[in-house]
Amino acid sequence: MSSTPQLPPIAKIEQRTIVDLIARGRRIDERSPTDYRELKIETGLVQKANGSALVHLGKTKVMTGIKVELGEPFPDTPDQGVLTVNAELVPLASPSFEPGPPSEGAIELARVVDRGLRESKAIPLEKLCMEPGKKVIIVFVDVYVLDHDGNLIDASAMSALSALLTSKMRRFEVEGGEVHMKDELVPFQMQNEPVAVTVAKIDGNMVLDPCLEEELVVSSRLTVTSDRDGNVVAMQKGGMGPFTDQEIRQAVKIAIDKGREIREIIRGATGQG
Amino acid sequence: MSKPETRLIDENGLRVDGRRLDELRPIKLEVGTLDKADGSAYIEQGKNRIIAAVYGPREAHPKHIALADRAVIRCRYHMAPFSVEERKSPAPSRRELELSKVIREALETSIVSELYPRTSIDIFIEVLQSDGGSRCAGITAASLALADAGVPLREIVAACAATKIEGKIALDPSDIEDKMGEADLPVAFMPKSNAVTLIQMDGSLTEAEFNQALDLAIGACRKINELQIEALKRKYVAVREQAEESREVAT
Repeated sequence: MSSTPQLPPIAKIEQRTIVDLIARGRRIDERSPTDYRELKIETGLVQKANGSALVHLGKTKVMTGIKVELGEPFPDTPDQGVLTVNAELVPLASPSFEPGPPSEGAIELARVVDRGLRESKAIPLEKLCMEPGKKVIIVFVDVYVLDHDGNLIDASAMSALSALLTSKMRRFEVEGGEVHMKDELVPFQMQNEPVAVTVAKIDGNMVLDPCLEEELVVSSRLTVTSDRDGNVVAMQKGGMGPFTDQEIRQAVKIAIDKGREIREIIRGATGQG
Repeated sequence: MSKPETRLIDENGLRVDGRRLDELRPIKLEVGTLDKADGSAYIEQGKNRIIAAVYGPREAHPKHIALADRAVIRCRYHMAPFSVEERKSPAPSRRELELSKVIREALETSIVSELYPRTSIDIFIEVLQSDGGSRCAGITAASLALADAGVPLREIVAACAATKIEGKIALDPSDIEDKMGEADLPVAFMPKSNAVTLIQMDGSLTEAEFNQALDLAIGACRKINELQIEALKRKYVAVREQAEESREVAT
């Protein structure tokens, strides 16, 4: 059952400082409302994975590892590979993360990242089928939150995409129903680059990339994932506050624009031209 | 979302179930379906059959979940094992856990929970038969159940989804349109406050298509909101008539 969360306490004076600054178009860390924190992407840190990426977004750190396995397809898509996204809010990342089964926050995070990748058809799942109905490739995307200083959804989506863009798997050939695994490693032929941008509402004002302190005063957030053609492929609202329909339209516009900028940074960091 | 093999729109521009693109499925609402719950409601929308019940405000259990300045809102969206084509395990799936969260948030916006510190208000949504748009129908019913329980609300929340089928934006997707459609945009809305309290999307929409779909969904929420208010009135008019009758008998 989902319950109203117990938020960590934040001093009234700090709350007021954050809100007042944002009302004047400023932030506690001197950014403008639409600035992201410094973004650094490292790839290939985990050699045992098919691909990996560590995203530093300000002090937030999210690592994603990609693992590929052989398995059975879903009955309703017998000729497609399988994409599985999981997110772990690792207890070392925040005093509010506890070991145990995934929280609703972790499940939501994984499902929002999953939706962006799936709906933009970023991974060519139809090329990952070896034997229709019997044998396909399963792509595991494991998102690992290592340090939580806010905006986990955007950082996780960037990290998952960066890891996938730099992943390699063994080439296979299907001849007369026989599957031959080759020693040669080939990249996933990624077809799209979905980027999630979360617009947070603080006392009626919209900001991007809230840090943890700002998140404690966020009334609602709207994540908009857009693809390389500027189409919206996934959305998720969170938080107990509302958005007006005008605010949503404005947020979509902001997110598509910002998504383009971030996509270029990810392309640069993953050697995509 | 795969390419449609059967046509979702025929040569007359009508959908599989004969609806126009901007037409809702038939909706039936009933308030006060259950005896033991503090508030309850039942909805039929297309083939959806959903019961929602509310318990509370009541003492928060376990005690440590209580909040000092407001009621804790708890919500469970759950699908019966027999509600879908292939039996669903009764254990909550990741989808149900996510929906429980976003539905709680969608309803929590409407509840004046500051009035009941240290209590809990528990919302249960059971999908007995699922068609497309069950989270939205669940919200529509649950908001009525909250009103029926006498929980103070800023406004009643109505919800409806929009979709894209064969390249056209359409309202209130049924099961087959949900599976074969090119997008799904569930929206929950409070008309008087112009407040969107739930929005999710998957599929692919241009910005213009998105804006069109959002308009369509919000328009439908306004209509459903009127149906909700009628359904509430129906129950309480019946209650008043009953009270008057018994008074006459007594005198």
